[in-house]
Amino acid sequence: MSALHELTLSDAATLLRQRQISSVELTRAFLERIEALDGRIRAFTLVTADLALQQAQEADQRLQRGEQVTPLTGIPLAIKDVICTKDIPTTCSSRMLEHFRPPFNATVMERLQAAGAVMLGKTNMDEFAMGSSTEHSAFFPTHNPWDLERTPGGSSGGSAAAVAAGMAPGALGSDTGGSIRQPAALCNVVGLKPTYGRVSRFGLVAFASSLDQIGPFARTARDAALLLQAIAGPDPRDSTCSATPVPDYTAELTGEIRGLRIGVPVEYWEAPGMDPGVARVGQEAVNRLRELGAEIREVSLPHTRYGVAAYYIIAPAEASANLARYDGVKYGYSYRDTSDMWEALDKTRQYGFGPEVKRRIMLGTYVLSAGYYDAYYKQAQKVRALIAQDFERAFEQCDVLVSPASPTVAFKLGEKLSDPYQMYLNDVFTIPANLAGICGISIPSGFSEGLPVGLQILGNAFAEATILRVADAFQRVTDYHTQRPAL
Amino acid sequence: MIDRETVLHIAQLARLGLSDEEVELFRQQLSSILEHMAILREADVSGVSPLAHASRLTNVMREDEPGPSYPPEVLLANAPDQEEQCLKVNAVLEES
Repeated sequence: MSALHELTLSDAATLLRQRQISSVELTRAFLERIEALDGRIRAFTLVTADLALQQAQEADQRLQRGEQVTPLTGIPLAIKDVICTKDIPTTCSSRMLEHFRPPFNATVMERLQAAGAVMLGKTNMDEFAMGSSTEHSAFFPTHNPWDLERTPGGSSGGSAAAVAAGMAPGALGSDTGGSIRQPAALCNVVGLKPTYGRVSRFGLVAFASSLDQIGPFARTARDAALLLQAIAGPDPRDSTCSATPVPDYTAELTGEIRGLRIGVPVEYWEAPGMDPGVARVGQEAVNRLRELGAEIREVSLPHTRYGVAAYYIIAPAEASANLARYDGVKYGYSYRDTSDMWEALDKTRQYGFGPEVKRRIMLGTYVLSAGYYDAYYKQAQKVRALIAQDFERAFEQCDVLVSPASPTVAFKLGEKLSDPYQMYLNDVFTIPANLAGICGISIPSGFSEGLPVGLQILGNAFAEATILRVADAFQRVTDYHTQRPAL
Repeated sequence: MIDRETVLHIAQLARLGLSDEEVELFRQQLSSILEHMAILREADVSGVSPLAHASRLTNVMREDEPGPSYPPEVLLANAPDQEEQCLKVNAVLEES
């Protein structure tokens, strides 16, 4: 048997059910791994070791009794620090929420707990999920396990790095413009952004409410399917959460993709800024899918070039409204050295928010302000409609669409910090799916210059089973996802 | 191009205090970012309705059923300041 921290979630679940290992042993193995490595990687903002061992003991009792055992019973997981955990700090990697302890659990946490999962800790992120490198954490940057000088991507960089380094077999993140898929790509793990409305957002600290979605990280498509199964489905506390039935995702992992129509969106592959090494790896991945019997066809998403601009108007606009709640009155950081209400408000927000959050509040407030609303915000919403129509037409001709998840491999820490728009351009292939509300997954697909390249597979709304089937079929004939960084 | 006055106006709308350095930084950065946004003007949006969300849902209704809420001390546990089970804030109206 391989070392416990090298097990996939599915294999660990099998060994737990067979009582060959205990959840306490498994949890200890990951806690030891975190202890050994996280000083260098810094994926976690908080490690909840005592709680984890307590939950592991309870899971072992469940496994022993053979009652209410699910594939996640006894499985340790890492949780992005944007997801509310009752009485446990939920900081969004912001000074504003540094000491915030939510009085409730997010719905996804309730579901994981009901399934018997174990929480290892909370993971680092770009502040309030705004960023593509995890460098905008107010606490510290996370390092990419494949090269500690480079970023893990973002904003869910902590969750991606934790799984990549074997510090957790799975994790949850959130994806507003690529914040699951891009770090998954840059860290050589699987990251799935579900359809808007597939997973409840109750208890997800809001960034851009028409775009945010919670999703899983794992090493394999099968593991991601198990995690999605546990968290998907309607929730009376989130009215945007859909009643569309949740299929049995692992039952759909047949390995069979013969005749499946796979679209290759030309605008993605020919995008300016696409690294030739990344494109080459992506092309080889497409060839593998063809060899598996899929029908590859070129397809056009003509409004792709407007995606980044539309997104960086709509997301900051929504963020500026959502973040208005941080006023230093109800919870969070509060500037106290004045008796003047307005000064307290201004300074609470001046000292509580970091630079990228302030930049987006300013940008969002500007595009919503009188005189600019029509030119920027309304125009962006119209372009959003065009981008959604592009996908509707494409999915009439194709079952899924594939491209690299990110135009480059992991970049150096500090490399893009001084030019915000260069950082934003990193999201060029992931943003359109959020604007259209469809689902997407990034899977390990090879290496360029020794660094991971992720293949993004986009599916129509509620077609998670299809993209997982393609991802699983690819992983059955490749071993990129089994390769580990030297640590 | 965004000038200094616009930055200060926007910051005031957002109730966001900024240092002098931040005012200058955001003046430059917002100008540069908005230049990139100009590309949106090239899109032909004639006859296109704005899309506010992609949830495919309209008018989600449910029964209005009363349920237990949180005790005040739980909700006030994160409050920066409180008094008699209320949030304590600076005076809004000053005595003249």
